[in-house]
Amino acid sequence: MSLDKPYKDVPGTTIFDADMSRQGYHLNQFCMSLMKAENRARFKADERAYLDEWPMTEDQKLAVLARDLNRCIALGGNIYFLAKIGATDGKSFQQMAGSMTGMSEDEYRNMMVSGGRTIEGNRYTGEKK
Amino acid sequence: MARISASVYTSHVPAVGAAIDLGKTAEPYWQPVFGGYDFSKQWLKEQKPDVIFLVYNDHANAFSLDLIPTFAIGTAAEFAVADEGWGPRPVPKVIGHPKLAGHIAQSVIQDDFDLTIVNKMDIDHGLTVPLSLMCGQPQAWPCPVIPFAVNVVQYPAPSGRRCYMLGKAIRKAILSYDEPLNVQIWGTGGMSHQLQGPRAGLINKEFDTSFLDRLIADPEGLSKMPHIDYVREAGSEGIELVMWLIARGAMDDVNGAGKPPTVRHRFYHVPASNTAVGHLILENN
Repeated sequence: MSLDKPYKDVPGTTIFDADMSRQGYHLNQFCMSLMKAENRARFKADERAYLDEWPMTEDQKLAVLARDLNRCIALGGNIYFLAKIGATDGKSFQQMAGSMTGMSEDEYRNMMVSGGRTIEGNRYTGEKK
Repeated sequence: MARISASVYTSHVPAVGAAIDLGKTAEPYWQPVFGGYDFSKQWLKEQKPDVIFLVYNDHANAFSLDLIPTFAIGTAAEFAVADEGWGPRPVPKVIGHPKLAGHIAQSVIQDDFDLTIVNKMDIDHGLTVPLSLMCGQPQAWPCPVIPFAVNVVQYPAPSGRRCYMLGKAIRKAILSYDEPLNVQIWGTGGMSHQLQGPRAGLINKEFDTSFLDRLIADPEGLSKMPHIDYVREAGSEGIELVMWLIARGAMDDVNGAGKPPTVRHRFYHVPASNTAVGHLILENN
C-alpha cells in the first residue's frame, strides 16, 4: 500500500518528503558543503568543476548553474539547503523566495509589505481564483 | 524543586537577525517588528530565568541529510554559532545546562519520547534570533539555554499532538529536578510563511490569529490539527508552528495544576521578509 500524500494538491508547493529527500540527497549535501568559507570560494572560482566533484545528476547540476530554484526543488532540493547557494551569491532569503514566483524583486517585496500572498484561491490546485 | 514560570512564543525569521546585526532595527520597515518586543525585553530582565528551554528547528546547519533526528536535546556545556552560509551571526555563544538537560533527557525518554542526545552541535538562527529579539545585543546571553531541536525540514514533522504531549513530559521532568531553578520554555518558528515554489510569500492572517487564540484558550483542541492544515493554510514552512505546542503543553493549566495562564503580551505583524511574525508571553498562575 502506498503512503497517503494529502499535500499533493497544494498549488505551487513541493513537500520535501522521503521520496524527494532520496532524490535530492547529493544535491542537498553539495549545498551543505557551502557552509565552509573555503568551499564557497572554491565553488565561485569554478562552479562546474566543483559540482563535478559531487555524484549529482546532470539535470541537478544545470539547475544549480542556472540558479533555477524551482527546478532544483523539483529535482529533490530543499529550500533550507538551497539557501546556501543564495548565501554564497550574497542573496537574501527574500530574494531567493521571490525568484521562484515569477515576480520581480520589487513586485515580490511590495506584495509582502502589503500583507503577503493571499490564501484565497491558493489552497487547492485548480481552485478558482 | 525546579519550576516552569512562563512560556514564550516567537517567530525566528533569519532576516530579523540580519536587521539586528546590521543596525537596521530603527528603519521604518523593521521598527514595527522590533517595537513588538520592547515589552518583552523588559519583562525578561525582570523575570531573571535561571534556564531557558528553547524549542526551535535547525535549518540544515547542525543536521544535514546524513542525520535527521525528530527530537534532539542539546546536553553540551556550550554551543557555537553556526555559519549558515553568510558567516556566523556576531552573537555570543550559547551556554548550556548539561545537568538539567541530561536529567530531562533521562526522564522524558523513560516517558516514551525517544530523544536524540546531542553533545556537540552548532546552533543556528532558529535559536539565536529568538534570543536576540528577547535580549537585544548583550555581551553574553542572560542565562544558560537548553537547545531542543525539532525536525521540520523533512516531512513529516512530528504531529502537533505528539509535540503537545512531549511538552507535558518535559514539564514533569523539570518539576522533578532537585535544584530550585526558575525555568522558562520557549516555542519558536512560524507563523504563516512559505519560502519555496510559486506559492512563496503566502501569509494567512486569519489562520495565524485563530492559532494564537486557540493556543491560549484551546491548546488541547489545537493539538489535534493535522499536518495538512498547516501546510495548506499556513504555507509549507508554517508547519514550524507545531513547536509552539511543546511549550504550551508544558504549562500548568493543561497538566491539571492551575488556572489558565496570564497572557502578558501578544503581538502580530506582517511582514518580516517572507514571514508573519507572531509573539506571545504566557505566565503560569
